[in-house]
Amino acid sequence: MSEISAEQVAHLANLARIDLSPAEIASLTTELRQIVESVAKVTEVATPDVPATSHPMPLTNVFRDDVVAPSLTVEQALSGAPDRDGDRFRVPAILDEE
Amino acid sequence: MNKHELMDFDEALAMFEPVLGFEVHVELNTRTKMFCGCANEFGQGANTNTCPTCLGLPGGLPQVNSKAIESSIRLGLALDCTIAESSRFARKNYFYPDTAKNFQTSQYDEPIAFDGSLTIELESGRLITVEIERAHMEEDAGKLTHKGGATGRIQGADYSLVDYNRGGVPLVEIVTKMIEGGEADSPEIGRTYVAAIREIVKALGVSNARMEEGNVRCDANVSLRPRGSNTLGTRTETKNVNSLRSVERAVRYEIQRQAAILALGGTITQETRHWHEDTGTTSAGRPKSDADDYRYFPEPDLVPVAPSREWVEELRATLPEPPAARRKRLQEAWAFTALEFQDVVNADLLDPVEATVAAGATPASARKWWTGEIARLANAQGVDAVSLVSAADVAALAGLVDTGTLTDRLARQVLEGVIAGEGTPQQVVDSRGLAVVSDDGPLIAAIDEALLAQPDVLEKIRDGKLQAAGAVIGAVMKAMRGQADAARVRELVLERASAGGA
Repeated sequence: MSEISAEQVAHLANLARIDLSPAEIASLTTELRQIVESVAKVTEVATPDVPATSHPMPLTNVFRDDVVAPSLTVEQALSGAPDRDGDRFRVPAILDEE
Repeated sequence: MNKHELMDFDEALAMFEPVLGFEVHVELNTRTKMFCGCANEFGQGANTNTCPTCLGLPGGLPQVNSKAIESSIRLGLALDCTIAESSRFARKNYFYPDTAKNFQTSQYDEPIAFDGSLTIELESGRLITVEIERAHMEEDAGKLTHKGGATGRIQGADYSLVDYNRGGVPLVEIVTKMIEGGEADSPEIGRTYVAAIREIVKALGVSNARMEEGNVRCDANVSLRPRGSNTLGTRTETKNVNSLRSVERAVRYEIQRQAAILALGGTITQETRHWHEDTGTTSAGRPKSDADDYRYFPEPDLVPVAPSREWVEELRATLPEPPAARRKRLQEAWAFTALEFQDVVNADLLDPVEATVAAGATPASARKWWTGEIARLANAQGVDAVSLVSAADVAALAGLVDTGTLTDRLARQVLEGVIAGEGTPQQVVDSRGLAVVSDDGPLIAAIDEALLAQPDVLEKIRDGKLQAAGAVIGAVMKAMRGQADAARVRELVLERASAGGA
């Protein structure tokens, strides 16, 4: 694992829409670096015959039947919305296209 | 230069070789969404099918729909793909209000199906084998409606409204490898490929496959390589081209547009482009940027999908005959001309015609009824032809015509009765008393009466002007309320006239 740089932290913060001050970037860089280094210790004990894994539990194929369950009411669904228009969520125009 | 300037298509092909790629999204017709039990239904009231999971609320926990996995595997198999021994979901992180979760649950490095191929046949008979890179599972996004501004498009919009009913609906995204060598056929390849995918998902029954409802959506990638060069050109991705004809037009447009820019020494920007149905053009969307760093990572809330080889083989055994092979077989069996067969295919009537033939009708009469009177009535009522009448009833109706019990005209009345719910064709014939009068007695009586009423016509017939008989035949048919065979009436009219009857 390459070392965490301040540029990487700033880039990730930007992607995640988190506004960080230069001081926060500096302290997070140090903290994240320590976390990554700590986690990297695992690779010291993992031999090449231990496969990488994304899940701690050895489970596969946990499925649900294709059966309809009750949904929220429209009022419940919209109850946390900062703004609404009729039965729809109202959001600022996002100039992503065109 | 003017960005709308286009190079002549043939000229563009003389200078450049088009390289294509397609991403087709297929919405599965499961009862519920991909990761929650909300109903997967089109056309419901806004935000009626949502829950904490598909809204991304705290505490929501996704659970994989087994039917969606089954449909995805069957689709992968139909595209001749390898089905992964182990496959997993990943989060594709992005910020846009079409998802409230701020990520789309998709697949990244371990798709459910990969390395397939699909051979399509162009109108010229040219066969193209499209290599399939992968078919992966993901969830659909919510629907945005842009408000304010003059155009109804997002540019100039004041705000947007979101309906999350579609958010979380299962999708399979089918990604092709690069398609080279398409040359002047490139636009047709796009249309034919998407048509073939649509036909396959329909035959499998895994999607409603209605392009107008967005069940099948196509992103078309086009780049141009200068003749003699080995270097690929920069590609554009035209999004959401949602009709077969538009796929063809969009590919053609991009070839002509890019050629015009490259020929003048310009460069193509790698970007998504938007297709405009009304003008038949594409316009620049967002260029590829930092925002396309999706920070994919394995979905921690879902465990891998590891379909057993036994399950995969069970599903393989459920695959229908490939649509292209079926068409070939039926066209030969029915001995239709290419045009006649195409009529049936275009009207989406292959299934009912096949069922009607299986129920005993001749292929010719089955085709005639379905593409003729039934299609006309269905069209007038704005419903699907197959919802009007059963194949068995159509076969019975055709049989009544073939045996001479009904004329075509009477048969149309019987059809109306069947559609109105009056019973089988035979029951309608009986209850409405519609059978052809095959007993000559009543016909002769009506003919003699008509000849008596029109002595001038009788004179003409006797003078050898046989076409004059039409007037008498008309009168007789009217008197018989159409329940007579006009050819037999004509025979009898001439017989009675020359025999000096009346």
